[in-house]
Amino acid sequence: MNILSIIFIVAGLFFMIVSAVGVIRLPDVFSRSHAVSLTDSLGAFLMLVGIAFHEGLGTNMFKILVVLALLYILNPVIAHATVRAALRSGLKPWQKENS
Amino acid sequence: MKTFLLYVLVMLAILLGAYLYRVLRGPTIFDRVLGLNGISTKAIILLIVIGVYFERVDMFIDISTGYALLNLVGALAVAKYLEKKGVP
Repeated sequence: MNILSIIFIVAGLFFMIVSAVGVIRLPDVFSRSHAVSLTDSLGAFLMLVGIAFHEGLGTNMFKILVVLALLYILNPVIAHATVRAALRSGLKPWQKENS
Repeated sequence: MKTFLLYVLVMLAILLGAYLYRVLRGPTIFDRVLGLNGISTKAIILLIVIGVYFERVDMFIDISTGYALLNLVGALAVAKYLEKKGVP
């Protein structure tokens, strides 16, 4: 059980590092929202599942899964609201300059 | 296992710096809101890992649930306000 949780947590940490690199490197709001919302959700999923394996069966595991479900509902809602506000307030998506 | 959790905590704290960079010098205000969203996701996981490290998970999970709900309300309020008002 310990090895399984360590594998899950390391995989989650990898996806979070990818998300942080994307937040620094990508060119505008619409592409950065992918890094913040999609990759971060996968990293949080793997990490919380690893911690739930470490806790074992019981109340704490159930609570961790409730936090995970909450995160999966809230994170796309926030990203969608922010990107829609950016699009409606007249921001143009980034394009390659010499094409 | 405790040493491994300590390394995970340090790695998450380093990752917060990337999002903080985006919040400090995002070109538009939406970049700052997205960066704050990422910081709050990291903070929720950081709280749960701290709870596992100190073996008090039952208390720290409630704190992280409240943090997630507060983050939703704040980010939605900012997004709705900017959608009505336009870019400042």
